[in-house]
This record gives sequence, C-alpha cells and structure tokens, in this order.
Amino acid sequence: MASESLIEIEGLNFSYGQRPILKGIDMTMGRGKVIAIMGGSGSGKTTLLRLIGGAVRPTSGYVKVAGQVVHKLKRDELFRMRRKMSMLFQFGALFTDLSVFDNVAFQMREHTDLPESMIRDLVLMKLQAVGLRGAHELMPNQLSGGMARRVALARSIALDPLLIMYDEPFTGLDPISLTVIGNLIRRLTDALGMTSIVVTHDVQESLKIVDYVYFIADGVIAAHGTPDEVRRSVAPFVHQFVHGEEDGPVSFHYPAGPYAQDLKLEGSFA
Amino acid sequence: MPRRIVTGIQSVGHRVIDSIWRLGYASRFFLLTLIKSGTSLHRFTLVIRELYFTGVQSLIIILVSGLFVGMVLGLQGFETLQRYGAESAVGTMVALSLLRELGPVVSALLFASRAGSAITAEIGLMKATEQLAAMEMMAVDPIARVVAPRFWAGVISMPLLAALFSAIGIYGGYLVAVVLIGVDEGSFWSQMQSAVDFRYDVVNGIIKTCVFGVAVTAIAVFEGYDAAPTAEGVSGATTRTVVTSSLAILGLDFILTSFMFRGMG
Repeated sequence: MASESLIEIEGLNFSYGQRPILKGIDMTMGRGKVIAIMGGSGSGKTTLLRLIGGAVRPTSGYVKVAGQVVHKLKRDELFRMRRKMSMLFQFGALFTDLSVFDNVAFQMREHTDLPESMIRDLVLMKLQAVGLRGAHELMPNQLSGGMARRVALARSIALDPLLIMYDEPFTGLDPISLTVIGNLIRRLTDALGMTSIVVTHDVQESLKIVDYVYFIADGVIAAHGTPDEVRRSVAPFVHQFVHGEEDGPVSFHYPAGPYAQDLKLEGSFA
Repeated sequence: MPRRIVTGIQSVGHRVIDSIWRLGYASRFFLLTLIKSGTSLHRFTLVIRELYFTGVQSLIIILVSGLFVGMVLGLQGFETLQRYGAESAVGTMVALSLLRELGPVVSALLFASRAGSAITAEIGLMKATEQLAAMEMMAVDPIARVVAPRFWAGVISMPLLAALFSAIGIYGGYLVAVVLIGVDEGSFWSQMQSAVDFRYDVVNGIIKTCVFGVAVTAIAVFEGYDAAPTAEGVSGATTRTVVTSSLAILGLDFILTSFMFRGMG
C-alpha cells in the first residue's frame, strides 16, 4: 500500500486559449513522499497544481488522484475529493475576518459535526504541531509572514489530508522561517503519512527536504531525479537552475526580433 | 476617415455586447446566490454576524442623517405651508415625504455607500488575497459561505434601517416644527395620524425598501465577486457598486412610484 502511487499524471496538456502552458506531462507521485516541482516563473508549475486540484480542466491527458480522474468528477464528487487534499497558498490566504483559532477550525466546522470541545482540542493540537498554540487568539493581521504561513499549514492539515500542495511556500521568508517551514513540511508529511507537492524555485532549501524533484521548463519536464542526482547533474538546464546562472538554456532575453530592426537602424548608415 | 467610423461603430458594438454579457453573468450570479442560500438559512449565525457589519454599523449614519433630513423637512414645510395658513399640516407633510420617498430612497443611497461599498471591498479583497480560492480548495463553496450570508444580511437590514430613518426623521420634524417653532403639538400628531394610511403609505414604503435592499446588496456582492484581483480592480469595483446601485435606486424608485402612487391618493 505504501509504495502505491497517489497521483498519476499522463500526457497532460493544458493551454490558455491558444497559448500552450503544459505540453505532455507524465508524472507519478508515491504516497508519503515530498515531491518538488521546480521551474522558472511562468513555467506552468502553479497551473499544474490547479489541474491536480481540479480548479481547471486539462486540454488533453489526465490527472488521477487516488485512482480517480480529476476532471471527470462531478462538482460534488470533486468537492468530496478535495476534502482529502489541501493547498497552501503563496501568502497563506488566511481568512482575515477570522482569528487564528477559527481559521484552523474552519474546515472542521464546515465539514464535520464534531462538538465544539473536540474541535478546540484538535485545533490546539494542530497549532502545537506548528509551534503556534500560544497565538490562537491573534488575528491574521497580527502575524508575521512566517507565522501566517505556519497557521496556514496548521489549517491545511486540519482534516488530515492525503495530499498537501504548497504553492511557493518559501517566498518572502527570512532564513529562520524558511528552515522552520521546510522542516515542518518534511516532519508533518512523515508524521501524518501524507504526500506533499512543493512548487518552488527555492532550490537549496527544497533539495534538503524532498524525495524527488521535477524540473519544468516551457511546459515540459526538462529533468527529474532525486536531490543527489540533481546536485550532480550536468544537464545544462538543471545546472543553470540549481546554480542560478544568468544565461544558459533559459535565455536572459525574451524572444524578440532583430535588435537593429526595433531601433530602426536599418539603412541609416547607407 | 471611413476606417475611423468603422472602428467607432465597432467599439460601440463591443461595449454594448460586453455590457449585455455582463448583465447576463450578473443575473446568473444572482440566481446562484439564491439557490445556494440554504447554508445561510440553515446556519443563521453566519447571517447574524453580517447583520452586525451591514446593519448595526450603518445605524449611526442612518440615524444622524434621518434626524437632519426630518429637521430640514420641518423647516421647509413650515416655511411653505405657513403661506397658506396650513402650518399645522407640517406633520403630515414630513411623515408622507419620509414614508413614501425620502426614507426609502435616502437610506438606500446611504446604505449603498456605507454598507454596499464595504461588502464589495471585502469580497474583492478576499478574492485578491486568494481567500476565495483557498475556500474553494477546502471544498467550501464561497457563494454559499461568503456571498449568500452578506446578501441576506443586506436584504434584512435595509427595511429596518429605512424604518428607523423615517421614524427619527419624523421626530426631527417634530423637534423643529413643534419644539422650536411652536406649531400646535396636538394638530401636528393628529393630522399626521389621520392623513397617513397604513397600507397605502407605510406598506408601499416598505415594499420599496425591500426592492432597494435586494438591488443594492445584489450589486455589491456581484461587483466584489467579479472584481479583478488587484488593488485597482477592487477600487474600481467599489466605485461601480456605489454608482450603479445609486442609479438603480433612483430608477427603481421612479418605476415603483409610478405603479404605487398614480396621483389617485
């Protein structure tokens, strides 16, 4: 059971209108693993998460979560499936009109009939897991960026999901918060036996905690492997990305016509 | 030259098609809100919470404006009626103006700018900060959980606020006409009592406020939900809420008035 894959993606294509975003993606993600999806900004990483969550429909191909093809589910079936997955948004997306406690309790109150006393115990346990039990009475606007991210993490494990997707969880964090969030992702994944998909471009931090890495560039999987394979890789794209080089397969310049033509220099010396 | 005319016609056509499309989208959204209202009626605490924000927090502006509108009506009414020696009818005039027109219309305009804009800004910002997307991913429908409670809170609080507006307005008229100017108190109240008809004046006024309440909150929640998820988008949506709902209130008021009071009273 443990080795069985939770997510299978096959021949996945997606385009916004005429503009292709993802072109023939194949992936499998096992249960209990932390998987990183890396790629430059605008490479389609977040779109991939949205496809897994069923927020958008693929142009062709499919995403299977726990054996179910996501885009073929009816709305209520999709909602039932989403109770088993959760998503951590880039800046936490905490409900600003609810306290930290109520944010974590939100899904329990919406989806279960648990008595308030049990909800209280569960919420405090989830907050303890991210080290913020003492902050349960605060409002989201009283939290620092790192704390808000941790509350959002506590909220996303509220109903013990099978799968958590993290959309850029490391963006805009100081080095301490960065390590805290990274370690929490690893620890919670192991403790709760779930699967984590981390979309990120923070290479060094994520290589420390993940089991497997996929690189996406221009809508295709450019490379994949374990963190050790990635570090040793000599593939030009991976090398450029991991070491943050300015130019390489991913060019510095956005595609454009000849420079001279744009500046209307043609023939001016003739 | 002809090319400019063609593009001119094109842009007019484009705008018309665009606004009709948007109207259809808004109507569908309104229907969805009604269909998904089960949760808010089932868990009425959600609506009560919003009633506090839209209703209770609008009280001050409604009461103060009502008082001043009533006081001005008292002054102006006395000034005019006095010329015909009918100053004792000032109570009737104040009460009828407030119950039929000013109460519903002015309180709805105030409600649109106080509560409507707040609803739009709140929902728009929830969208911009991905809170609605997060809710959707938690298998909770934002229309049922966020939009519908706000809609019903607005629909419920609007008639109540308008009633308070009219009541305190009449008291304001009383303060000016009777206490300040010295119109006979007995005739002030008794003429008002005999001239105001419950079904004709009061009920019609209440019907108006209900219609305005639905219109203002429906516009406010739609604009918020439809706002582009940027600072600019939210501010534009808030402005549109106030402008559109003010125009809707005045337009609807004319239509309703022409059905209710056809100069036959």
